[in-house]
Amino acid sequence: MDLESKKEEKKEEKKKEKKLPKASSKKTMREKLSKKEIERQGILLGFMAVYVIYGIVFYYLPLGGWIMAFQNYKIKTGLFGSTFVGLDKFKFLFEDVEFLRVIRNTLAMGVINLVCTFIMAIVFAILLNEVRNRFGKKLVQTISYLPHFLSWIIVTGIIHDSLSNTGIINELLVNWNIIKTPINFFAHEGYFWPIVAFANVWKETGWNAIIYLAAIVSIDPSLYEAAEMDGAGRWAKIKHITLPGIRPTIMILLVMNIGNVLNAGFEVQYLLGNGLVRKVSETIDIYVLNWGVSQSDYSLGTAAGIFKSVVAIILIIIANYVAKKTGEEHLF
Amino acid sequence: MKDKKDKNEIKLNYSNMNKRDGSREHETHAEETSEKLRKLKKVLLGSSYRRESPGDTFFGICIAIFMVLFSIVTLYPVLNTVAISFNDGLDAVKGGIHLWPRVFSLKSYETVFGIQGFVQGALITVLRTVLGTLFALVANALLAYIISRKHFMFRSGLSLFWVITMYVNGGLIPTMVLYKALHLTSSFWVYVIPGMVSAFNVMVIRTYMEGLPDELEESAQLDGAGYMTIFLKIISPLCKPVYATVALFVAVYQWNSWFDAMIYNRMKPEYTTLQYELMKLLSSVMQQSGSATGGAAAQGGSVSAVTPVSVRSAATVITMLPIICLYPFLQRYFVTGLTIGGVKG
Repeated sequence: MDLESKKEEKKEEKKKEKKLPKASSKKTMREKLSKKEIERQGILLGFMAVYVIYGIVFYYLPLGGWIMAFQNYKIKTGLFGSTFVGLDKFKFLFEDVEFLRVIRNTLAMGVINLVCTFIMAIVFAILLNEVRNRFGKKLVQTISYLPHFLSWIIVTGIIHDSLSNTGIINELLVNWNIIKTPINFFAHEGYFWPIVAFANVWKETGWNAIIYLAAIVSIDPSLYEAAEMDGAGRWAKIKHITLPGIRPTIMILLVMNIGNVLNAGFEVQYLLGNGLVRKVSETIDIYVLNWGVSQSDYSLGTAAGIFKSVVAIILIIIANYVAKKTGEEHLF
Repeated sequence: MKDKKDKNEIKLNYSNMNKRDGSREHETHAEETSEKLRKLKKVLLGSSYRRESPGDTFFGICIAIFMVLFSIVTLYPVLNTVAISFNDGLDAVKGGIHLWPRVFSLKSYETVFGIQGFVQGALITVLRTVLGTLFALVANALLAYIISRKHFMFRSGLSLFWVITMYVNGGLIPTMVLYKALHLTSSFWVYVIPGMVSAFNVMVIRTYMEGLPDELEESAQLDGAGYMTIFLKIISPLCKPVYATVALFVAVYQWNSWFDAMIYNRMKPEYTTLQYELMKLLSSVMQQSGSATGGAAAQGGSVSAVTPVSVRSAATVITMLPIICLYPFLQRYFVTGLTIGGVKG
């Protein structure tokens, strides 16, 4: 408890430090914005105009495309000539058994992935921090980044090879007499979610750990020394110093990632899925791709996309609210 | 909203204040001193190793085992792919290849380079990586510079305008319709233009720029330098580390993209990319295990010296080689970049 309040205090101080000069400069800026300065800023204004136009075109204009969800959009008639059908497309979505299944898959895989990658990254960061051998630490860390730089195409290929009939997993399982004949992991629905979770953990653990390691490094070393004097072992130090020390980082990342839960389901599922596991592998994004692109039903694809965006925003607001209420770090 | 955003960043970056100030020397210096202090204490109090309890030793061994296992799980599949790619394709089907090829053969590589789309894809991928990174870097740096100018009149407005784009987006279909309307589909530029400005990268550069001392700008201003001169001659040379970080992020993204090639340029084989070609090879392998009989069907079927698996392995090795060779040397950049940015994008 003492430690936390100390940290809070320090943080407040730093915040103030950061804020004060900013606030004062803001004031003087308003007063001092002379004619000459405005003239000088002409060039900045010019570039700003370019950026605003670019932003409107590529980021805000697609939001206008949401109108399509309320239309019976035809490529021939376009956005302005298509007939409006109100909420028909949404009605169709929620009466579609497939869409409901797709929501379930997306949520389930999103939550499983979030929990697994989150816990693994924190555990890895804490344990890596405990490694005393400097060279070994550096080496493991370098190795841990590697998968992040590989594309999902490569990662799914690698996962597929490892789990194939002649792959290492089946070989080990057979050699250890756990199973008699190789399992075809991609033909059974039950294996799909764990495989996707493993793929995510394999790819991102090292990368996600970077931010926790940075947070651990910034913990005041004197705290550890004090604990050592009091006779705390390594485990006690982790529990009472390291974990509370990175708690704010964990909370912020958690809130941010909860909003991303629905986004977590495209590439792996698309690449690893097949006809046999379709019922558990398809996600909202794949649904959008199937209906919107392959079937060219733009309206339905857009409607499904809107549903995803809205749920994502609601999730992040709820997560933020809960974090705020419980006195944890939050986004806004 | 803007202020809140700032607060967040401060919160997020609280743990990384040192790096943010751009004074890495300071940090290492501080580290050294604290290291010295710790050593001194060890001498005074007796080595911490001597006082280590059996529980701690056991804990240390567990960690070591965990780290070794972690490294094996990470490295083995990659090395296995390399071994398979150098092995004779038919022989590899029997399995049992681990870290070293059993029957050495370069046939798979010959086959890969014989695929027309693959060579073209490699060309396009290199081109999009170079051009895309260059364009994105200039665009992001300039926007970050504008937003980080303390006296700029629309500073917070412009900042908010871009921060919103991080959280809200139109989705796949509206974006596709837009690109079609802009004639970006079926062209190379769909790889470069749309993703050029990314709010996350802008915020990373901006945070770094705001950490630079104001006096630099002020003194240049007194000498009569305009905003662009200050950007090009004073700020940019100091921002090289953060530019490298962002360039790395963009380059990796460009190198690894395949979805845009599939969606927007499916009908244009001349604009295919390396990853998209790899994906086609991958799905040809996948289809086999998608059938209930699994890989067994493939074993009987193929008669040529190469198999889809061996060709795909070779293609995989070629595709990941540049990244694997480069990333260990760029560690410093992405680690600082990620900690400056506070949170991953």
